[in-house]
Amino acid sequence: MNAPAQGKETSAGVAAHAADFPILARPVHGRRLVYLDNGATTQKPQSVIDAEATFYAESNANIHRGVHWLSQHSTDLYDRGRERVRGFLNAARVEEIVFTRGTTEAINLVAASWGRQTLKAGDEILLSGMEHHSNIVPWQMVAEQTGALVKVIPVTDNGELDMAAFAELLSERTRFVGVCHVSNALGTINPVADIIRQAHAVGAVVLVDGAQAVAHKAVDVQTLGCDFYVFSGHKLYGPTGIGALYGRKALLDAMPPWQGGGDMIHTVSFERSTYAESPQKFEAGTPNIAGVIALDAAIAYVQEVGLDRIAAHEDALVRYATDALGQIPGLRFIGQARERAGIVSFVMDEIHPHDLGTILDMEGVAIRAGHHCAMPLMNRYGLPGTARASFALYNTREDVDALVAGLHKARRLFGMEQDA
Amino acid sequence: MNSFGDLRELYQEVIFDHNRNPRNFHGMEAATHQADGHNPLCGDQLTVYARVIEGVVEEVSFIGHGCAISKASASLMTEAVKGKPLDEVESLFKDMHAMLTESHPDRDLGKLEVLSGVREFPARVKCATLAWHTLHNAITLARETAKTE
Repeated sequence: MNAPAQGKETSAGVAAHAADFPILARPVHGRRLVYLDNGATTQKPQSVIDAEATFYAESNANIHRGVHWLSQHSTDLYDRGRERVRGFLNAARVEEIVFTRGTTEAINLVAASWGRQTLKAGDEILLSGMEHHSNIVPWQMVAEQTGALVKVIPVTDNGELDMAAFAELLSERTRFVGVCHVSNALGTINPVADIIRQAHAVGAVVLVDGAQAVAHKAVDVQTLGCDFYVFSGHKLYGPTGIGALYGRKALLDAMPPWQGGGDMIHTVSFERSTYAESPQKFEAGTPNIAGVIALDAAIAYVQEVGLDRIAAHEDALVRYATDALGQIPGLRFIGQARERAGIVSFVMDEIHPHDLGTILDMEGVAIRAGHHCAMPLMNRYGLPGTARASFALYNTREDVDALVAGLHKARRLFGMEQDA
Repeated sequence: MNSFGDLRELYQEVIFDHNRNPRNFHGMEAATHQADGHNPLCGDQLTVYARVIEGVVEEVSFIGHGCAISKASASLMTEAVKGKPLDEVESLFKDMHAMLTESHPDRDLGKLEVLSGVREFPARVKCATLAWHTLHNAITLARETAKTE
């Protein structure tokens, strides 16, 4: 793992923040909630919940065009949110941050705008075999419209990208490479800096899907050198309905607008309309203002706890979980990359993930069971799905112990183990 | 006395039996009807085959993979419909659907009633109904894959 080893003290310090998350106090099926489905969405600290409610109670107004105080104040808060995201990703300019509904919408924006404009018949789009559907389907749609071809970077048995095959696939026909920073199904951290360097050498543009990364490791888009980077607020302890697209200024400036309407224009007449500069060019209509403000609070929260401390805490949990789960007979890990972040994916002999999920649910343990919106990856492993435990800053060793106890219970229910 | 509580209502011994040893679990060369079924939520996939002679389901079988509930339900279904006339099969389909989603059935559904516990686990209803939807589609010669949306 990347982060330096930290003592138990730091880990306990991070997990103590569980007290900031009100939902963790509520029982499920009469049991303590053990929330291990953070890859699907994270829980929210009180400060984020308050930020959204406070906005509506004290500041709410539409932004940009108003002349009254509330409107100017809301605009300031919204702009501050954009600056917060810029700093979080270390983008060079605030104009390089576009707000969207989330990762999926951000990728669709790039595909519909940059993709439709740039790609021609015979151009090649390289996607990794472990991509989430949101970084596959938009490109299939664009490929169909433009005649471009989608090619797949293979995944090795232990869940890493086959970099030799990637190098082979790259050619002067490659126009685009799409890759996840962290795999939502396997937890694999991909060598994106290396991928970007190689892609740029053939003149291809790279979009990195950071949905599963930003809550688990520091991201610096300038150091990475990516052309586009996308993430969702709700996987970063922020609200649903908000996400961001980072795009290099030169690219965004050259891209045609995506959705038309108010705010993305300069002037409108029935003869001709002119468009605003980036990022406004890509933000038509009234945005999710409250979402941006709550996202601002979420990033501030994460920065206060310390992303490095969170990463170290989660790495320790993944190690602990891997040890403990590894002792359960008939359990097989899916994806054992050397570099992983916060996710453990597995299957059990004779017990389908869906049955595991139901039994664990009755114990108050929430995991995800299924294909994780990565059907091509599941097909590659010949699996209908896996059981996935995904960690966040508030998870503890006790949570892992509850997961293990639940899995033993499942084995007993299925007659594979005697009662203790 | 077991500590499994509500789970025993769902995972009864008959379910485990039919999951471990599914009945009529094979393909069928001479099928007159067949259909594929897929539950995209969790990856259950089935193909149901039937040989219908003069309006009677002489033979029925299934292949596929999925969770214990989907497999056991498919297995129990094949036992229940074998030898039955088509209108009886349709009637069973409606009764099963009702039992799994609404309420205890009016008539005695025999072994099929072991699945009545599924009602308390809404996330699993589609696992139990998949085989029935697929058989229904096979019989009505529907072209597309049965989905439990």
